[in-house]
Amino acid sequence: MLRLERVNKYFFRNSLDERWTIRNLTLQVQEGDFVTVVGSNGAGKTTLLNLISGAYFPDEGRIVIDELDVTELPTHRRALYLGRVFQNTSQGTAPSLTIEENLAIAYLKGKPKGIRMALNERMRAIFRDKLAEIGLGLEKRLKDRVGLLSGGQRQALALLMATLAKPKILLLDEHTANLDPKTAEIIMELTARLVGENHLTTLMVTHNLQDALSFGNRTLMMDEGEVVLDVAGEERKKMTIQELLERFTLLRHKKFAEDRVLLSSS
Amino acid sequence: MGVFITFRCLNFPDLTVDGSYPLGAAVLALLMYRGYGALAGIVAACLAGALAGLFTGVLHTFSRIPALLSGILTMICLYSINLRVMGRPNISLSENLGHRTVFVLLRDAFPRVPEVYLRFIFLFLLVVLVKVMVDLFLQTEVGLSIRATGDNETLVATQGIDPNCMKLIGISLSNALVALAGAMFAQYQGFVDINMGIGMVISGLASVIVGEVLLRGRTIFMATLQVVLGSVVYRLATAIALNWGYNIGFKPYDLKLFTGLLVIVILSFPILKEKLGRVK
Repeated sequence: MLRLERVNKYFFRNSLDERWTIRNLTLQVQEGDFVTVVGSNGAGKTTLLNLISGAYFPDEGRIVIDELDVTELPTHRRALYLGRVFQNTSQGTAPSLTIEENLAIAYLKGKPKGIRMALNERMRAIFRDKLAEIGLGLEKRLKDRVGLLSGGQRQALALLMATLAKPKILLLDEHTANLDPKTAEIIMELTARLVGENHLTTLMVTHNLQDALSFGNRTLMMDEGEVVLDVAGEERKKMTIQELLERFTLLRHKKFAEDRVLLSSS
Repeated sequence: MGVFITFRCLNFPDLTVDGSYPLGAAVLALLMYRGYGALAGIVAACLAGALAGLFTGVLHTFSRIPALLSGILTMICLYSINLRVMGRPNISLSENLGHRTVFVLLRDAFPRVPEVYLRFIFLFLLVVLVKVMVDLFLQTEVGLSIRATGDNETLVATQGIDPNCMKLIGISLSNALVALAGAMFAQYQGFVDINMGIGMVISGLASVIVGEVLLRGRTIFMATLQVVLGSVVYRLATAIALNWGYNIGFKPYDLKLFTGLLVIVILSFPILKEKLGRVK
């Protein structure tokens, strides 16, 4: 489904500040996989998602989605295959547009835009159904501007928008990190449900090690631009956060140090 | 209205306006001098304005020149282009020279209606027409995409829309409207002057802001209504200032200063309020 072949990404290449962010990364994700990605700050998790989504282009290597080489395609040209939700709750929606206008953008994804009315009653009915399924009462607020919503509501809407056009791959970039624990839990449940219902291949970056192990079927741990640990199946099911951290120390001869991880796992 | 589309919908401060306004007037004058009539002139003016906007848009999206600078560059280029189109710094569209502007055409079509009313009714209808067209357009798929681009470019790209393409359409469209305004004003006052565009961006912006202060509401219908009302009030205010302002020592040449200060005050107001509010 998704294949990265010997991908390299440098920042500030050929300057004193050069940083080798993604190092010879090769990764294969099967259709229907729900992969969680953990790693300390600067490990390259977000860069990885940015490379897949087309926000950055790799310096070397190939990125293939469903046998289609997308390495050189700009974001909007590969968007049809991808859905993405960001950490920043204001990034996944357009704040000064209404809920229904936001959903219309997502609904029209991949369709040529013309001089037709963007919204109609049939679409509104679909949106109301979809919003009712989320259970946050947003179906009664179609004409409210998204800027008025709370972070959690915006993130739920962003999730719905990312999955509405049934992408091949869903990219989640710490999409619960800016929410309070209770809301984060609701959003994670919603995520699991939408992924399950739409059979989406998913890549989720998270700082919450518990989430990393309890959601999905495969976990990657990244450090300094490489995947250092890749667990799935029985081994993963039995794994605890403690074991995960120990494995990391064993492999990299250093502690998995990261404030947010320590706080969220304590 | 043109300023509204770039500034509010696209979040793109477009200084092309200072050039595309006289461009519209100049192109109209050129066509009328060549004997093509006012209507052809108006259409050509809109097209020329759109082209000017497209140029700014390409500078910004393709060459990655910052928005403000792209607009200024086009504006400077247009100054020369306008002079070339016109052939001299100002042109008269006087009826005595055989030029039949839309207003002359109207007067001949309805000889019994007094000219003042005719002008008013015609301009009113034109404004309503433009407003309704813009309202409808902004609710189409393309219009919605343009608004979303100004709001959140990252999102638009991840939803499969090319933000640059939307910017080009938006900027072209707004400059077409500005050129239309220039062409209409030239016919209204009966002459074209190379300097008629100076300060147009700020006047437009002042109108947009005044409208937002006067009328609340976030829907498209309200937003465009704000722009129309804002323009009228702004023009009335300047007319009052020009006609009676001499009592307090206000001279016509103070007008730009007045407009500039007005925009500065209104733009600074929210920050000032916030700062004052925090000092408890």
